[in-house]
Amino acid sequence: MAETNIVLEVKGITKQFPGVLANDNVNFDLRKGEIHALLGENGAGKSTLMNLIYGLHRPDKGDVIVNGKIAAIESPNDTIALGIGMVHQHFMLIPVFTVAENVMLGDETVKRGSLDRAAVAAKIVEISKQYGLDVDPNAMVGTLPVGLQQRVEIVKTLYRNAEIVILDEPTAVLTPQEAEDLFRIMRDLTARGVSIIFITHKLKEVLAVADRITVMRAGRVINTVLPSETDSAQLANMMVGRQVILTVDKKDHEATEEVLRVEGITVRDQRDLETVHNVSFSVRGGEVLGIAGVQGNGQTELSEALTGLRTPTGGKVTIDGRDLTGKPPRVITEAGLAHIPEDRQRHGLVLSYTVADNMALCDYYHPPFSQHGVLQPKALDENARKLIKAFDVRTPSAFVNAGKLSGGNQQKVIVARELSRPVKLVIANQPTRGLDVGSIEYIHSEIIKMRDRGVAVLLISAELDEIMALSDRIAVMYRGQIVAIVETKKTTREQLGLWMAGAHVETAQ
Amino acid sequence: MDWKRFGFIALIIIILFSVVVMVGQVKQPPLLIITSMLATTIAVATPLVLGALSGVFCERAGVVNIGIEGMMLTAAFFGWLGAIYMFHIFGLGNGISIALGVLFAILTGGLMALLLAVLSITFKVDQIIGGTVINILAVGLTGFLNRQLFFGKGSVFGGSVPSSPGVLPTIHIPITELFAPICGASDTCLINVQAINRVFDQKPIAMGAILLVFISHYILFNTRWGLRTRAVGEHPKAADTVGINVSKMRYANVIIGGMFAGLAGAYFTIESVPSFEPLLTNGRGFISLAAMIFGNWTPIGAWAAALVFGASQALLINMQIFRDVIPPAWSFLQESYIVGLTPYILTMFILTGIIGKTTPPAADGVPYEK
Amino acid sequence: MQSEKRPSSLTKQILQSILDASLIPFLAILTAVVVGGIIIRFVGGDPIRAYIGLIQGSLGSKKALSETAVWATPYIFAGLAVALAFKGGLFNIGAEGQLAVGAVFSALIGYALPEWLGYDLPTFIHLPLAIIVGMLMGGVWAGIVGWLKAYTGGHEVINTIMMNYIALNTTSFLLNGIMKDRSPTNVIARTPLIAESARIEPIFEGLRVHWGFVLALLVAFLIWWLLNKTTLGFEIRTVGLNPDAAQYAGINVKRTIILTMFLSGMLAGLAGAIEVTGLNYRHELGFSIGYGYDAIAIALLGKSHPLGIVLSAFLFAAMRNGATRMQFLTQMPVDLISMIQALILLFFAADAIVRYIYRIKSKGERVVLTRGWGG
Repeated sequence: MAETNIVLEVKGITKQFPGVLANDNVNFDLRKGEIHALLGENGAGKSTLMNLIYGLHRPDKGDVIVNGKIAAIESPNDTIALGIGMVHQHFMLIPVFTVAENVMLGDETVKRGSLDRAAVAAKIVEISKQYGLDVDPNAMVGTLPVGLQQRVEIVKTLYRNAEIVILDEPTAVLTPQEAEDLFRIMRDLTARGVSIIFITHKLKEVLAVADRITVMRAGRVINTVLPSETDSAQLANMMVGRQVILTVDKKDHEATEEVLRVEGITVRDQRDLETVHNVSFSVRGGEVLGIAGVQGNGQTELSEALTGLRTPTGGKVTIDGRDLTGKPPRVITEAGLAHIPEDRQRHGLVLSYTVADNMALCDYYHPPFSQHGVLQPKALDENARKLIKAFDVRTPSAFVNAGKLSGGNQQKVIVARELSRPVKLVIANQPTRGLDVGSIEYIHSEIIKMRDRGVAVLLISAELDEIMALSDRIAVMYRGQIVAIVETKKTTREQLGLWMAGAHVETAQ
Repeated sequence: MDWKRFGFIALIIIILFSVVVMVGQVKQPPLLIITSMLATTIAVATPLVLGALSGVFCERAGVVNIGIEGMMLTAAFFGWLGAIYMFHIFGLGNGISIALGVLFAILTGGLMALLLAVLSITFKVDQIIGGTVINILAVGLTGFLNRQLFFGKGSVFGGSVPSSPGVLPTIHIPITELFAPICGASDTCLINVQAINRVFDQKPIAMGAILLVFISHYILFNTRWGLRTRAVGEHPKAADTVGINVSKMRYANVIIGGMFAGLAGAYFTIESVPSFEPLLTNGRGFISLAAMIFGNWTPIGAWAAALVFGASQALLINMQIFRDVIPPAWSFLQESYIVGLTPYILTMFILTGIIGKTTPPAADGVPYEK
Repeated sequence: MQSEKRPSSLTKQILQSILDASLIPFLAILTAVVVGGIIIRFVGGDPIRAYIGLIQGSLGSKKALSETAVWATPYIFAGLAVALAFKGGLFNIGAEGQLAVGAVFSALIGYALPEWLGYDLPTFIHLPLAIIVGMLMGGVWAGIVGWLKAYTGGHEVINTIMMNYIALNTTSFLLNGIMKDRSPTNVIARTPLIAESARIEPIFEGLRVHWGFVLALLVAFLIWWLLNKTTLGFEIRTVGLNPDAAQYAGINVKRTIILTMFLSGMLAGLAGAIEVTGLNYRHELGFSIGYGYDAIAIALLGKSHPLGIVLSAFLFAAMRNGATRMQFLTQMPVDLISMIQALILLFFAADAIVRYIYRIKSKGERVVLTRGWGG
């Protein structure tokens, strides 16, 4: 152990946010040339720890030690000077700037008063070649695909001569193939002496690529282990603190008649680009159709078109034979749709309203919640009480602002509201994103319940494991088109991954 | 900038100019009319250009500034007041007093902007409310002091408004002198050259405004400062992660914006007319915002848009000159009321976006929280 | 899970919210008064006498109170107008123009309708007609901006201000032209007096306060009821807080925006209409200058709550009314009041973290980071 070279160490780091102890006496170290994975579920404190190391916040207690010396970190400038670079989960890139402008921001090369774009571009090309990153310095970042944008972020760190690179949930936006590419780049980097901290909540990745694994839970470090000494079940146990069933209990179910039929739908996004091209599929009662695909392939616009939030430019949508193409949300809701939106805080809830008001968000306008245009508070409260109990929403009362609830409970409010109506079709878009394991389990079981009751379920998710666990059939979306529809039983993760990456444009039904 | 927008601007300007030429050509040759209109347009567009530049700097950094009107008003007042004080109380010469007046105006603009910055950046007050507070404060402050300082008890000026040391002089660009030899003995040639010269003979702030357009453009798109400013307005978090101090950048840009507005204020009371009237800015601060939006938050675009507004105002002014020759069918033009509405209706029309969609900086108006 | 019931009784609710909401405005007013006093001292006046004059002039006698109520009436309407728009996520700076439009049309109906018809009208028809027409025209004036916002995205801040200037210029044109009072002694820009049948009676003999004041209080209550107890109010508030969620909830966002602006304009138009029919019995150019900005200050200070607005309106009215006495006692010009009001607003804005308007703001409270599972 005396031989190993510790490049970064944190001792006794503690950070308190209002109402939450995000980091509780954390100890962690990183050795030179290793890939050290930091594993934990959403909210475990991993990102907080990294933000502290990176200088975006200051710890209440504890030290950060770089190459044996205690570092005084006041801002990201200090961290960068120490040779630490970070690739954030949500990219810190400016879409309207070029790659070169993004890379040089904060460290601009200036010639006689004006920006020296040429010099920066040259250096980027050099780094690009050296590490096999293939980045064009003059491209506008907003036009680049997600995988390339991530590489720009990596180039940013290397441009500043980073020896320690922190990757925060890098695979959240990548196809399985792109993730493999990323792992290759990571190994290349470590071969050249760069040390990497790799933050994730995905067990499989961690076992595949890490040299050491540290598990965090509720702000504390639980343990640090070697991949060879552990397995998924044990890691999951450490992450959550109890036995976790990694599969969903799902029995075979006979699907009934077609409920949702989508024919030749095309949709344009706000930039007036066609993001959904000629998509067709159908969902029957009692089955779950999962749409797999990495974010940004048109899923958002597709679900907006199906739920009335956006008018499609072509095609037809019918529910139970009724043509609902381009109709407003209320009409579609009344036709039997339950919509669990992708962005719960933006579409699904009004955070300043009480839980009770949110429970009636889509139904306030008809009896019993209102009579002749006047709201009926008693009915609203009664309804809220009933639903909070039935769906186990953890809240001090029905009159708390929805914004005060945890992510999981917020989602439960939405689920409670949507699934308590008599519905024929459920469209769930990224329903468990950012949630803790308990909430994820709950929502998964609710989805299966609806399916078993004969409701048609359309599940859109970027988490391939979730799709495979819940769906009876899977459709893969790539660049706005459905490139495959298969029965879950008849396909594999690898094949889905290939379709998600655009390889193999062969449609199986 | 796209051609649709430039085309629209050119079209409106041509229309406005044509109207004046058609009416006035009975009295004066077209070239004289056009050059006169042009000269007036450039002069009158000055506060709008400066106001729009103010908006550009603030908003490119992410701070919405609807207090430009209030900043102009206070700057106009304190600049004028400063000049008077320097002249009457400190006994300085005309030229120095006026110059100091301009300085005071610029400083006042900067101070009012500082107030906006504190409200919206540090206290994270909604920026539109912050701007409105500035506007209300401006009206109250200038109205009160205007009355109190001159007519109030114990006033240094004993109950009357003293005369201002004057206005900034027009600067003569020697085009006539340069081209006179070419004209030789031809009278008409000389008259034409003189007419053209009048377009270029402008007052200092007007010239300064045009210069500042190009300087601003360069700074915004070719310097480190400009890159960082724009970064802070598009994605402040990204800028933060590379070590840029978002607050500092925003403060600095807002204050710079304020100084531009201050210079615009100086135009009203030190370059245009040597006196102050309550509410003399008359909506120009808000029209500047429309110019900024229409110019897609770029200095040169804003300048072009400001010229359109300037042209409509020039139309009004020139109609007074040709009032006696307006044909009866067009007598409505004489009605300053209808023509006077042009800037406002034009603004609303531009804001509908028919002429072209515009994209503000992505983080415009959003207070930054770490 | 504990309490199932909503926080009890109406009075308790009101008292609680007054307490919570009034602390910061109160402090703001206090600070402004102090700073105002310093400024008075600075320009050579006596602050104590000035403020005494202010209070005497606004509350010191039956006549003073009546005058304060007279000033408060349009303030309440205009403040409600701005507040309603705020609740809907819109910034209505055009109250001034909408008020003027309302006043002009009310006056027109008031003096011209009998002429056109050729016979006199009974009060119970003429008066409501004058008021309603003024109200509707104010609504249209604002509704145009609402339409522009909903269908073209044109920002209501600039558009309402432009409409203000258009309204101002148009009223000036009309009042100097075809609507001018042609009586031989008149030289200023104003309409003829409106017919007796279009006038609101004063409440007490000899005092100017009229039934329009009572109407203002009623309307305040009505707006409170509308916003908080009806589905329309729910829709307006939802669009104001989170238009994306509103769309998801099935609300027609465009229609709501237009409707909100229309209602807001109606209230401002009502302010103008009531001034014409209840106080001046005509419309005179220049009488309404400044109401627009005052209305914004009142709405902000009153936190867009009808009760808060009534109180703030009273405060501003008291200040305006008392200013004349203050000037009489201390030679402090009435403009000082504008400054103090501006200062109140300034301190209020600086102290309070205002959560109005911009949807960008309505992301709401910070969510507690998830820990483990469940709440």
